[in-house]
Amino acid sequence: MASVSSNTSVAAPLVKEAADLPITRIEPSRGWFNLRLRELWNYRELLYFFVWRDVKIRYKQTAIGVLWVVLQPLLTMMVFTVFFGKLAKMPSQGLPYPVFYFAAVVPWMYFSVALVTATNVVVEHQRMITKVFFPRLILPFSAVLSGLVDFAIGFVVLIIFTLAYGFRPTMAVLLLPLFLLLAVLTALGIGLWLSALNALYRDVRYLTPFMVQFWMLASPVAYPSAMVPPRYRWIYGLNPMAGVIDGFRWALTGKGQAPGAVLVASIAMVCVALIGGLMFFNRMEGSIADRV
Amino acid sequence: MSVVAIQTEGLSKRYRRGIVGTSGLLRDALAQTFRHPARLFRRDGHETFWALRDVSMQVREGEVLGLIGRNGSGKTTLLKILSRITRPTRGCAEIRGRVGSLLEVGTGFHPELTGRENTFLSGAILGMGKQEITRKFDEIVSFAELEQFIDTPVKHYSSGMYVRLAFAVAAHLEPEILLVDEVLAVGDIRFQKKCLGKMGDVARGGRTVILVSHQLTQIRRLCQRTVWLDAGSVRQVGSTPELVSAYEDDMTHSGVDDVRPVEGACQFLRWQLVGENRNGEHILPTEGETTVSFLLRVNTPLKSVHHGIGLYDQDRHLLWGNAVDGVTLEPGLYELRHTLPSLPLRPGVYAWRIAIYEGGYRVDDWECVPQMQVVTMPISHYRDEAAGVLNIPSKLEIVPAPDSK
Repeated sequence: MASVSSNTSVAAPLVKEAADLPITRIEPSRGWFNLRLRELWNYRELLYFFVWRDVKIRYKQTAIGVLWVVLQPLLTMMVFTVFFGKLAKMPSQGLPYPVFYFAAVVPWMYFSVALVTATNVVVEHQRMITKVFFPRLILPFSAVLSGLVDFAIGFVVLIIFTLAYGFRPTMAVLLLPLFLLLAVLTALGIGLWLSALNALYRDVRYLTPFMVQFWMLASPVAYPSAMVPPRYRWIYGLNPMAGVIDGFRWALTGKGQAPGAVLVASIAMVCVALIGGLMFFNRMEGSIADRV
Repeated sequence: MSVVAIQTEGLSKRYRRGIVGTSGLLRDALAQTFRHPARLFRRDGHETFWALRDVSMQVREGEVLGLIGRNGSGKTTLLKILSRITRPTRGCAEIRGRVGSLLEVGTGFHPELTGRENTFLSGAILGMGKQEITRKFDEIVSFAELEQFIDTPVKHYSSGMYVRLAFAVAAHLEPEILLVDEVLAVGDIRFQKKCLGKMGDVARGGRTVILVSHQLTQIRRLCQRTVWLDAGSVRQVGSTPELVSAYEDDMTHSGVDDVRPVEGACQFLRWQLVGENRNGEHILPTEGETTVSFLLRVNTPLKSVHHGIGLYDQDRHLLWGNAVDGVTLEPGLYELRHTLPSLPLRPGVYAWRIAIYEGGYRVDDWECVPQMQVVTMPISHYRDEAAGVLNIPSKLEIVPAPDSK
């Protein structure tokens, strides 16, 4: 970061015209629908700084840094391949086990880490929350965004991996950003609920790991979603991560379950979680600073 | 200059005191809801208190307004509402211009990040844009006098360096309205003066400032007008000199009795530093001879009681203690003066504790409030945690030992 010196001093008189000063009105909170997303937009630079800080710290603290980010999904994939694949002989939609599992583990890991980070983010910033104002929504947003760097690294490895196994990407790859967006929004939607609850009730963070584990079993990480009987498929699709993981496998290899109607259910579910989460978080925002 | 920058109307804030019947666990909250579903829709039943009651005031553009009052009088709550950290329960306020608030120095600093990185991070948290920080970066670093260490992680900084950088970032915030809470009471005297100078510049620069401080000298120096808050309400508004004098009067006279409830055979009412070495009643500026005075009211005669005194640091370590036996006193008001030839403490916050015991039974045992702020010049090791509690200069000599040949 280069810095430019300047002669501006704090004592310099304000040059601004009195007329163009913004007027802030402070009132008791009211309403569920006043989401103040515009304010969030005004603070986008702070959002960037939070993400930047999270990424910096993560790679500074672990000695092996990037290597760890690569190793984690790789090792998980190996364990899955050995136990679910070779031993349990899980059907893999005609994909080699390593590819089948790796394509699921990379988006799943992003999601689970993002969800846990988002759950804890408000509590971790409690001190800051009581000392300075910024739209609190920035916190869960930054939590789900900062995980994307890890994801990107894992994703590059995943691409190399699938290419090495002889899969050539099809046009379906163009849909990947959509699946990723779905994962981000799912983590954000649920994360909004959990982070607000976590700030209000101290025992929520003990629930999250259990929830994440449960959620993984309800997602086609270790098994193909084709195992779910077709008539229950739409219920299964209410879990947006089912669509995401199916989508990743399908888009990268051209094989497996192409997401169809399931995806519509997923998207609808994410919208509900997200809008509800925004409203809930916003509503709780006031009490968060007072609870500390 | 009569444009209003801040206007509040009937601003009130109610807090719940240790929410009754809930433990802050979701488990209990759910159980509670199942047992008494109707309570979910009831807002009463909690023990509440008003931290702020019906505060209406105006601050004109370019004015530097002081905010004084005892601990718990609502000063910080008012600042928190105006800086939008918390919302009022009732009433409203309107603010013209960008607001910057300094309720703490070093908000958002992360120990793993370097000084440079923290400057950007903290600046952004305080509301500066990236370009703005980049533009002011050199100025901030030179104000903090940290040119050589700017790329060192701040976990290696001494607390003095840390505070300097944190304040430098904060001091370069340029909003139209600045809300400042007590932050000037940091660092050593020399840096404090520098900060005060900077604040003075800010004040003269046409910015609107609300300054909360216990250091009345600061209020006198910087503020034209002052608001005196008492128990959440505005007690008086007026020009600083008169109002601060009235406040001081109140603190020393009528205010004494309600500091602690009247009970028992005797009671400590207040404490203060006396003599030359003091900077305000509770701030110790140098490590030289120090006299601390404790005001004791004796209600019924004390016969040969035990008197103890202790000084603690923030981690509740006893740093110094003393005790005297056989104190006999008739009813009346007394000042107990303890004089120490020197008190070489590192800058920070410390607490006095003072007690009277009779035959092993407690008559009064007071954890003195407010705490004592020590603002001496730190003689520091380059890493604070290795510097210890005492702030004593030392000399190193390396000489060959007699039998080294």
